[in-house]
Amino acid sequence: MTAAAPEDGVIIRMLAGVGRIFLDFLATVGKLSMFTGRALMHCVTPPFYFRLVVRQMVDIGYYSLPVVGMTAIFTGMVLALQSYSGFSRFSAEGAVATVVVLSMTRELGPVLAGLMVAGRIGASMAAEIGTMRVTDQVDALTTLSTNPFKYLVTPRLIAGLTMMPLLVLVADIIGVFGGFLIGVNKLGFNPANYLTQTFEFLEVKDVISGLTKAAAFGFVISLMGCYHGYNSRGGAQGVGTATINAVVSSLILILILNYLITEMFFAR
Amino acid sequence: MNSKPPKIRMRGVRKAFGPKVVLDGIDLDIAEGESVVVIGGSGTGKSVLLKCILGIIRPDSGLIEVDGVDVSGLNSAERDELMGKFGMLFQGSALFDSLPVWENVAFGLIQARGMEREAARNIALKKLAAVGLGPEVGALYPAELSGGMQKRVALARAIATEPEIIFFDEPTTGLDPIMGDVINDLIVKCVRELGATTLSITHDLASARKIAHRIAMLHGGKIIWQGPVAEIDQTDNPYVDQFIHGRAEGPIQMQVSR
Repeated sequence: MTAAAPEDGVIIRMLAGVGRIFLDFLATVGKLSMFTGRALMHCVTPPFYFRLVVRQMVDIGYYSLPVVGMTAIFTGMVLALQSYSGFSRFSAEGAVATVVVLSMTRELGPVLAGLMVAGRIGASMAAEIGTMRVTDQVDALTTLSTNPFKYLVTPRLIAGLTMMPLLVLVADIIGVFGGFLIGVNKLGFNPANYLTQTFEFLEVKDVISGLTKAAAFGFVISLMGCYHGYNSRGGAQGVGTATINAVVSSLILILILNYLITEMFFAR
Repeated sequence: MNSKPPKIRMRGVRKAFGPKVVLDGIDLDIAEGESVVVIGGSGTGKSVLLKCILGIIRPDSGLIEVDGVDVSGLNSAERDELMGKFGMLFQGSALFDSLPVWENVAFGLIQARGMEREAARNIALKKLAAVGLGPEVGALYPAELSGGMQKRVALARAIATEPEIIFFDEPTTGLDPIMGDVINDLIVKCVRELGATTLSITHDLASARKIAHRIAMLHGGKIIWQGPVAEIDQTDNPYVDQFIHGRAEGPIQMQVSR
C-alpha cells in the first residue's frame, strides 16, 4: 500500500492541475460575460461621450485604412493570379472575376481586415487602458465622478462595432479592384467583361454576410482590448501580458466566429 | 468633539487579499473641517484604506459612512454622485496623459458637472494659478512636466470641483524637501480656502506635522495610536516613537511576514 500512495498522489496532482485549469477557464468566461454585460448596459444608458466615440471611430476607421487597403489590394491581386493559373487547368478562366469577388466579400475582406485591425487596434487599446490602470488613471476617473467603464470601454466598443463594417466595405472594393487590375493588365481580360462577370453572380447575401462578420470582429477586437487592458495588473510587465492576451484572444475568436457566422449564413 | 456626525466614520473595516490581512478592523472618525493624517510604514495598507472609502476597493466587512450615509451598498450612479464630494491627489499624480494640463484640471467640471468647455477652461486656469502655475502650462501635456509640476497639476485637479472632502495619497513622495514643502504649503492653503475635510496618508513626518490637525498611526491593520499633532512627540507608544525617530530596532519589524 505504501508503494501505491505516491502514485495516487501523482494522479491526484495531475487531476488537480486539470481541474484548476478548467476552473480558471470557467472563471474567465464568467468574468468576460459580466464585463460584456456591463459594457452593453453602459452603451444604452446616459451619459454618452460622443467626442470619445468620434475619436475612437477616427482611430479605428480612418487610421486603419492604409494597412487594410494594402492588405486588400494585394490579396485581390494574388487571388486573380492564383485562380487564373489554377482554373486554366480545366479551362475555367472565365470564373476568375467571380472567384475574386466572392472570396473577397465573403471571407478574405472581413477576416484579413479583422486580423490587421486586431494587431493594430486591439494591441493599442490593451496597452493604453492597461497603462492607465497601472498608473491609477482608471481610479482617478472614478474619483472625478466619471465611470471608467463608460468613459473608456463603451466608446471603443461602439466604434469597433460600427467602423469595422465600413472598413471591410472599403477593403472589398479595393480587393476587387486589385483583381481587376491583374485581370485586365496581366491576364488579358476585357475590362467591361471582367466587371460584368464580377457582378453577375454576386448576391446581396455575400456582402451582408461579410459585413456581419466585420461587425462581430470589430466588437470582439474592442472587447478583448478593453477587457485585458482593464484587468491588467503589475506595471510594465502586466501591460505587456495584457497586450499579448488581447491580440491572441481576438485573433482566435475571429477565426472561430468566422466559421460560426459562415455556417449561420451558408450551411444548408 | 462636536455634536454633528463625523464627515467620515469607519467601524471595524476589514480587508484581506487572499491570506494577507491588510486592514484588520479600522475604527476612525474624521470631523467636518478636520485634517487627519494617517502615518505608517510602507505596505501597511494606507492606500487600501483610502481606496476602501472611495469604493475603488470593497472591504470584506465593516461600516464606512460619509455624512452619515453608509456607502457600501451604492450603485454606480449613486457612487458617481458621491464622488462629487471627493477630490483625490494620487501618489503618482495619475494625470490623464492623453489630455492637456488644463483639460486634466477641468475634467471633473466638464465630465461630471457638464460645464461648458470654455468656462471650465477659465476655472482650470485659475486653479492652476492657485498652485503657482502660469496659463502657458495649461496647453502642455503631463509628460512634458517635471514631477513637482505634475504634483501641482494633480493638486489643482483635486481641488477644481471644490470638493468637501479631499484625500492626499503620499503628496510629497518623490519630491525634493523644498518642493515637498511647497506642496505642503499649497495643500494647507487650498484646504483652508475650501474649508474641506481632508484625509492624508504619508510616511513623511515633516509633511504630516505641517498639514495635520490630528495624526493616526496605522500598523498591523489597526489604528494603534491617534492624537493631536502636538502630542506625537510626547507619546510613550513604542510604535509611534520608533516610527517618528526612524529607528530600525523596535516593536515594528520591517520584514512583511504576515
